[in-house]
Amino acid sequence: MEPQTHPVESANVALRESAWARVRRNGSVRIGGAVLALLVCLALAAPWFGTVDPTLFDAASRDLVPGEAGEITTLDGDIIEHKFWFGSDSFGRDIYSRVLYGTRVSLMVGLLAALLSLAFGIVCGLSAGYLRWLDGILMRFMDGLMAIPAILIAIALVAMWRGSLTTVIIAIAIPEIPRVTRLVRSLVLTIREEPYVEAAVALGTPTWKVMFVHILPNTIAPLVVQGTYICASAILVEAILSFLGVGLPPDIPTWGNIMAEGRPQFNQYPHNIFIPGVFLAITVLAVNILGDGLRDTLDPKMAKRV
Amino acid sequence: MLNFIARRILATIPVLAIVAVLVFLLLRLTPGDPAAILAGDAASADQIARIRVELGLDQPILVQFGIWLGHLLAGDLGESFYYKVQVTELIAQRLEPTLSLAALTIVFAVLVSVPLGAIAAWRFGGWFDRALMGFSVMGFSIPVFVLAYILIWIVSLKLGWLPVQGYKRLADGFWPYLQHLILPSITLSVIFIALIARVTRASVLEALGEDYIRTARAKGLRESRVLVRHALANAAVPIVTVIGIGIALLIGGVVVTESVYAIPGLGRLTVDAVLARDFPTIQGVILFFSLVYVGVNLAVDLSYVFLDPRIRY
Repeated sequence: MEPQTHPVESANVALRESAWARVRRNGSVRIGGAVLALLVCLALAAPWFGTVDPTLFDAASRDLVPGEAGEITTLDGDIIEHKFWFGSDSFGRDIYSRVLYGTRVSLMVGLLAALLSLAFGIVCGLSAGYLRWLDGILMRFMDGLMAIPAILIAIALVAMWRGSLTTVIIAIAIPEIPRVTRLVRSLVLTIREEPYVEAAVALGTPTWKVMFVHILPNTIAPLVVQGTYICASAILVEAILSFLGVGLPPDIPTWGNIMAEGRPQFNQYPHNIFIPGVFLAITVLAVNILGDGLRDTLDPKMAKRV
Repeated sequence: MLNFIARRILATIPVLAIVAVLVFLLLRLTPGDPAAILAGDAASADQIARIRVELGLDQPILVQFGIWLGHLLAGDLGESFYYKVQVTELIAQRLEPTLSLAALTIVFAVLVSVPLGAIAAWRFGGWFDRALMGFSVMGFSIPVFVLAYILIWIVSLKLGWLPVQGYKRLADGFWPYLQHLILPSITLSVIFIALIARVTRASVLEALGEDYIRTARAKGLRESRVLVRHALANAAVPIVTVIGIGIALLIGGVVVTESVYAIPGLGRLTVDAVLARDFPTIQGVILFFSLVYVGVNLAVDLSYVFLDPRIRY
């Protein structure tokens, strides 16, 4: 006997497949995704790409131009020959190694800051959209938070907590929360009027279950798009903080820190700023292009607006 | 109408109050003794004790907030322990460069982006449209300081056309003043152009689909007049709105741009204050920038009445 499939269920599966297929077919998603995948490989496999420990330095190899050969002292005190593909900084550290390891920091900050602000924004947005008594207070609070320019919040928070990976991620994520909250709230306000939510409430489903099981799954597409844009801006803000000297401590290899160290000698050795700058721009561009592609395929309403 | 303006102004009060609470909490969330933090690293025990009494730091937190708010409303932001002057005075001193930079940037960005966006919408889907959208994504992705260094490298160091860094006051002559502001303004305007061009394109595109555009064309108006007088004029509200929202981007950009170009404005002051952990100044600058942001967006809201005669409050 043929197995019976429920017609509604199969239609649903077909719809889901077509959404995923549309995402995969999209040119922007492919280009952005491919560049990002390459950067992730570069970050994870940094030790095997002819790099040295990014904190190692050697006074004999200071201010080398890209491609020049020099030497570097390992932690054991051995002196090894090393080719400086991207040159060296004023401490004699290998820029190539620092840039490659810096990819790790940038991608991690982007991803974690996006996830963190999404998590808080989802909880706040669901609460504001579904729990009427909380809506007024919570949204006024978010309006206030939004009135302070994002970068100032991040700078001030890092300044008082002193820079570490955790504090930088939290400081970058906080100013993004109001935007996510607003988005989730506006989605919830339309979804809560849907018949299936009404049905769930009528069946006596607990409020938290209505919020997280019936409403939340329908906000995912716009949130994925929003999360991608937050990721791009978080990577930029981290670099800005480090560049201004108010981000991660200078010995940690980040693109912003490499550029900050290159500032005083920009006239003679512009590569210290341009090489990490190119990596930073390409990364942010890839994330933004990925976001545009996801927006066009997952969130057609928003695609029409912008 | 007056009623509306009054209501709209009153509506900013809760927002500003929450900003004040957040800035107040910023210091309380810092690990350590608030009095010692406010007094700075080099302060003596006497100075710390004086600040503790002055701000009531030995009293309950609500009383502390009351005292702080009282000072704030009286226009007293405290004294910078790094610069040894009142924070309000410090902000006033640093206002001219930032205001000049911001004004020049906005004027330049609007003059460039609005026509570009309108043309892109007019030639929707064509090569110009696609090029502008490509530029817009790039504009959002290129870091402000990387762009700043690229411009310095080409225009100042290689071509020698403009000074590398620094600032000249307007009182020192108009040309030197403008010369020092050209590169910073171009740097800062790129992201602004990307933003405004996108919104202009989207809203002109929407306006072009309306019936009155068909009517205007049907009665034989020139295409340029249709585009400017009918499409663009009706697309003004979203454009002005995004300029208001973009002020937040601009403030972030000012902090970076002033640091790269060594312009002694409010953005540079912010970074210097943070590096010196000069808390009264950090608080003052954040409050000031937020006030500007809220004020600009209030002005934007009020301008709708003039931009769109259909809007009556």
